[in-house]
Amino acid sequence: MWVFLRTRRDAISPESLCMHGRFIWNLLMIFIRLTVLLCLSAAMFGQAVLASVLPEDRTDFLYHRYDGGGVTIDGPSVLVRKSVGKSVSLSANYYVDMVSSASIDVITTASPYTEERTQYSFSADYLRGNTTMSMGYTNSTESDFDANTYHLAVSQDMFGQLTTLTLSYSFGDDVVGKSDDPNFSEDNTRQHYGIGVTQILTRNMIAALNVEVITDEGFLNNPYRSVRFLDPELATGFDFEKELYPRTRTSNAVGIRTKYYLPYRAALEAQYRYFIDTWDIESHTGSVSYIQPWRDFVLTAKYRYHTQTGAHFYRDMFSRSEATNFRGRDKELSPLSSQTFKLSLAYEWLPDGWGFIDKGTINASLDYLVVDYEDFRDISTGAILGEEPLYQLEANVFQLFFSFWY
Amino acid sequence: MRKHMILRVLLSLVALAALSGCSGIEPWVKPYERDRLADPIMFLDMDPVSSAYIYHVYEAREGARGGEGTAGGGCGCN
Repeated sequence: MWVFLRTRRDAISPESLCMHGRFIWNLLMIFIRLTVLLCLSAAMFGQAVLASVLPEDRTDFLYHRYDGGGVTIDGPSVLVRKSVGKSVSLSANYYVDMVSSASIDVITTASPYTEERTQYSFSADYLRGNTTMSMGYTNSTESDFDANTYHLAVSQDMFGQLTTLTLSYSFGDDVVGKSDDPNFSEDNTRQHYGIGVTQILTRNMIAALNVEVITDEGFLNNPYRSVRFLDPELATGFDFEKELYPRTRTSNAVGIRTKYYLPYRAALEAQYRYFIDTWDIESHTGSVSYIQPWRDFVLTAKYRYHTQTGAHFYRDMFSRSEATNFRGRDKELSPLSSQTFKLSLAYEWLPDGWGFIDKGTINASLDYLVVDYEDFRDISTGAILGEEPLYQLEANVFQLFFSFWY
Repeated sequence: MRKHMILRVLLSLVALAALSGCSGIEPWVKPYERDRLADPIMFLDMDPVSSAYIYHVYEAREGARGGEGTAGGGCGCN
């Protein structure tokens, strides 16, 4: 449910639908043209001096724990990748979220709950010349939510491996249920279109540009969450009713990132992402990372800042019941800013390998996340109407993982 | 509308980059000059299992999604 709290959304006017329809059509045309160009490039550069490579064979055992805002989510994630011959690489991921939630939403309009989400992913990469073709499948299951995602991608290395161009497409098909209503069942479909370029700029610098368009259609709101509206007849001055989101959403994201090798052995990374969608959410996200190896250790420090506007149908308080066609009080759709401070330390404990293992590392990291909501009030304080303080979320995200290369 | 125009221009630049593949550009960073880029600290996605998890957390706590991953591949210097 925790994941579900955030993944569905709308569209609005016919004008914007038309505008986004044209945008997707144009993107599709570019996608087709680029695919043709990729084939031409593959033919021209297929005999390049350098050969492309498959991802490294490695296995990761991760324990993750999120703790903040009355919510604790922890569990394992195991990612195994192994090549078969020289042209095929297979990977599998098993991931679990064990949720114990008494979040601000839950304690004000529902009862604390526990939940478990299990996710399996499988993918295969096929390398031919400088072209890598990938396909994948992911299944995610909760007691009240089932999601299946199918993924396709083609990636082409060009110009002596200076440039990697990737086109990707994925299709998601979700079924939304409701724990207290066995007859409740709604569908969602979701499509991702992605274009990415990774470019070596100098012998010390690499950069990547990603454009991603995501369209959703179906039941995009949370079947449990409620919105708040003024009701002078109640002692509290307000009451709740179910939220209602538009049934479509299209979002566009452009991300750039660059990494620079410093004169001594260390790296500096900067990242920026611009996001806009048909729900009128517009966001800017930036981060800076510093990576410093020392003997068998690698220390990483990162700062990330995110700011966003709210969805057009979001209100902390509606003027009356059914005041607008669409309504939501999901704090993640409200105007907010968030900051993350991260520290991680990796230790290479098998530098010379052991048996069939070439290398092993242990990695611990902590992300301290602070979210300041600009239009979401904390009604759990019991303050009188209109004087509730703005809500602030603080969370610690801990990861511990072992990695093996073979 | 203007914002979407910017996205279109960016997409056009990507298309232009692909088109330039037909002009036979010489790689300006030679294979033997990629030792630093081959250092694991220069990988854009050093730990996929960890980055996938943390992007999942961000998507759950924020209204934005996508655009933060990498285009795959890399420097071809493994």
